[in-house]
Amino acid sequence: MKRQFILGMAISALSAGMAMAQVAPENVEYTDGAIEQSLSGTPGDAVEGKKVFATAALGNCVACHAAEISKDIPFPGTVGPALDGAADRWTEAQLRGIIAKSKMTFEGTIMPSFYQTAGYIRPGDAYTGKAGTEPLPPILSAQQVEDVVAYLLTFKE
Amino acid sequence: MKQRKITTALAATAMLGFAFTGAAFAEPVDDALVIDGTEITIRAPAPAHLNGALPDLVSGWAFRDTETRAMQMDDFDNPGMIFVDRGLDTWNAVDGTEGKSCASCHEGPESMAGLRAVTPRVDEKTGKVMNIEAYVNDCRTTRMGAEALNLRGAQMTDMLALISHQSRGQLMNVAIDGANAPIYEQGKEIYYTRYGQLEMSCANCHEDNYGNYIRSDHLSQGQTNGFPVYRLKDAGLVSPQSRFVGCVRDTRAETFKAGSDEFNALELYVASRGNGLAVEGVSVRH
Ligand code: HEC
Ligand code: HEC
Repeated sequence: MKRQFILGMAISALSAGMAMAQVAPENVEYTDGAIEQSLSGTPGDAVEGKKVFATAALGNCVACHAAEISKDIPFPGTVGPALDGAADRWTEAQLRGIIAKSKMTFEGTIMPSFYQTAGYIRPGDAYTGKAGTEPLPPILSAQQVEDVVAYLLTFKE
Repeated sequence: MKQRKITTALAATAMLGFAFTGAAFAEPVDDALVIDGTEITIRAPAPAHLNGALPDLVSGWAFRDTETRAMQMDDFDNPGMIFVDRGLDTWNAVDGTEGKSCASCHEGPESMAGLRAVTPRVDEKTGKVMNIEAYVNDCRTTRMGAEALNLRGAQMTDMLALISHQSRGQLMNVAIDGANAPIYEQGKEIYYTRYGQLEMSCANCHEDNYGNYIRSDHLSQGQTNGFPVYRLKDAGLVSPQSRFVGCVRDTRAETFKAGSDEFNALELYVASRGNGLAVEGVSVRH
């Protein structure tokens, strides 16, 4: 009895600790392109995720992707496939992986990696055209990735 | 491997999805570009050296909206023509220690007809890549005793407009052999390199995705035959290398400078991808 109680405490302490210590881009573990573990330890917020999806300075997903669910965001691009039913096709872990480092799932894709900080050719300082120094800040924070995953999980047909 | 197949299938259904949501038709227009009763060649078979990378060539003009296309069809509506006139003033202006203008050696600007269609090219003697800007600055510094012009400044873009206009309608024919060959190869390498935090090459947008929309921008083949272009967004004239600066910056990369070896090589390579399209001699883009 007592033993189990202590173990339980230890586990919740551990997960609380992990919620603080998010997974840094260089420590992310990919399994066939998917990321099982939450990057931030805090559940994603679909409303925030929609902002990430729509905002040019954040995910700017709408530059390449359209979907019925996101049709109130004007001028979606056609470079990427429409995302209708994305949540039916992909698990949460796969979606997280596609956003963090799309090239692990789609070899050679034009889709950028949103949670990566190094390994670039002539990395810049955001959109200034000036040189940046690796590690760069990832394009999206751990929480923003979780938020946009939460939003994508609503893309069901 | 498996994933790839899945996505191709998905992409196909995605396109159907588009038909339903009624997104704008993504093909470039079929219209002809006619200025002053003369048709300007804006479609051509792809040159052999592209090895099928593009099925055929289409000028950026055909990807722009109706109003923008119309502006270029009438020299009185084309805001770029103002820069051609201003260029003529610079052409005739005496400058530098030798007391000369361009006109002192070259007479009228018509003497420059054809140059835009075959540049950039490598000068056999010096080994330098010569585009129009390089010729202008070479004359200024070695023959006029004048200062080199800022490559992206107003006076230089005026000269670029004036000189390009003299070749309007002539077909781009940039050599890829002889002294140009190594520069062509260097430019090609840059064209296919995925720069910046977005890891995108010129080819990702202008070869793989022309005809698609990136947000509200209808991607063209990124041809340079229209340059310099008057960009409505900037309310100003843009040289090919200024455009390259913008495109590379948009990949979250450290750009190259206008006039750098890299952009000179890229300009030669991109120009050769348009061999067969006509020089538009100041075009309008949004
Ligand atoms: C520059 C273009 C581009 C941007 C920006 C982009 N994507 Fe993609 N995305 C693609 C392409 C192209 C594919 C198809 C994969 C391939 O290349 O085969 C894709 C695939 C996907 C897929 C799987 C496709 C499906 O329907 O099953 C998802 C999910 C996705 N992207 C989500 C996003 C999200 C979320 C963002 C923003 C955080 C984003 N994308 C930003 C181009 C882009
Ligand atoms: C992220 C996508 C993207 C990348 C990468 C990119 N471009 Fe562009 N480029 C654009 C867009 C958008 C436009 C404006 C619409 C159009 O003409 O395609 C444009 C326009 C151009 C034009 C003007 C065409 C005209 O007729 O007015 C040229 C030339 C050009 N790009 C060359 C390049 C070169 C060279 C590179 C690589 C160094 C490059 N681009 C990389 C998006 C891109």
